[in-house]
Amino acid sequence: MTPRKRYGMSIDIDKCNGCGACMMACAVENNVPPVPEAANDRKGITWIRVYRVDNHRAYPERRTAYVPVLCQQCGHDTPCVHVCPQQAVDVDPETGIVGQMPERCLGCRYCMVACPYHARYFNWWDPAWPAGMEKTLNPNVAPRMRGVVEKCNFCHGRWHAAQQKAAAAGKREIDAADYVPACVEACPTGALRFGDLDDPSTEVAHDAARPESFRLLEKIGTEPKIHYRSQRDWVRDIANAPHPDGKDQHRG
Amino acid sequence: MTGGKIAFASGMLLALAGGWLAFPRVLYRTHPQPVDFSHKIHAEKAGAKCEDCHAFRDDGTYAGIPTLDKCSGCHAAAMGTTAEEKNFIDRYVTPNREPQWLSYARQPENVYFSHIAHVKLGKVKCEQCHGNEGGAATLRPFAQDPISGYSRDIWGRPVNRIALRTEGGMKMDDCVDCHRRQGLEYSCLGCHK
Repeated sequence: MTPRKRYGMSIDIDKCNGCGACMMACAVENNVPPVPEAANDRKGITWIRVYRVDNHRAYPERRTAYVPVLCQQCGHDTPCVHVCPQQAVDVDPETGIVGQMPERCLGCRYCMVACPYHARYFNWWDPAWPAGMEKTLNPNVAPRMRGVVEKCNFCHGRWHAAQQKAAAAGKREIDAADYVPACVEACPTGALRFGDLDDPSTEVAHDAARPESFRLLEKIGTEPKIHYRSQRDWVRDIANAPHPDGKDQHRG
Repeated sequence: MTGGKIAFASGMLLALAGGWLAFPRVLYRTHPQPVDFSHKIHAEKAGAKCEDCHAFRDDGTYAGIPTLDKCSGCHAAAMGTTAEEKNFIDRYVTPNREPQWLSYARQPENVYFSHIAHVKLGKVKCEQCHGNEGGAATLRPFAQDPISGYSRDIWGRPVNRIALRTEGGMKMDDCVDCHRRQGLEYSCLGCHK
């Protein structure tokens, strides 16, 4: 049996300069087609998306930060898994990765409503690539069809490739260096790190334990596996989505 | 009364024969293979094992059906006297043209299957899924679902768990059955991509 993992990511917001290389690498790796002309901000597909946030102050106190948001791989009461009427979403006990099965998806988009992180995207159009670009498609990732939901799965094709490489060497345990998602690989500032959160020797486990580490909407108890960190207080506050008027939004 | 029984039995037989034998022929389109390759002759005369031709690459990926250079190594000139071999050399080896083999076992594009994980780690024999293809004297016609384009082998063979062939089969249910027996069934993405 393969040794169990709990894959997660750590993101240093203070290092992210919003360049978008992660978004581009993700789309190329996972066969996300270019957006059609009719797409708007809501209808495009971005498994990882860099949001710009600011501290709501006027110049010269104005500060800006960039927050890459991908599927947070909720480890507890995973909302999308709960609401899916098709069992098209599951959590792999082997890796902790929340997987989406496009072939099972009926396109009701209940999961998109349930997702607290807006990390799920709907295919409003059949995927289409400009002539010639189809040659760049990744054979390890199946393209999705119109009418289904998709999202980040930590580059699962790379997990398969790493497993296959390990099997060729007669091993069940993959080499950690063989499994790195495309966004982590592409990040020029090293803001993104990836690894097994249950292994205390990994960088991500170390990052997750740091005092300035936080997770998005931690208060709702979904135990996301993406650990952000920032030295700036206002950035950490944003993760709890405070009400603009200062009212407490904790749910009863 | 007896006549009624006979009429019923023969009607039943006719309907079953129609459903089990004739109807699949209507459903599936068959294509002949480019060359009538005999696995049997190669296994017996050349002593070839499956992996001699159906090899793994160094990175563990599976090369599948061998390319022409594998064949030309021995068949640059005729080794036997059969018309089929002569035909193969004239049409493919001499003009150096790849035969367009039709893969019986090609899975849909959303399936991730690692041969090496099954063969090397799982110790699964080729025959367990592919049947005794290696002992077959001829290549049977390739049966294809005209709508999806999938091979009949990976889709329609064991109907209702009743099959004329005894091997495992290649439907998702067959994979799941075997994985479940070994407690290896984890998630959709384990086998899908």
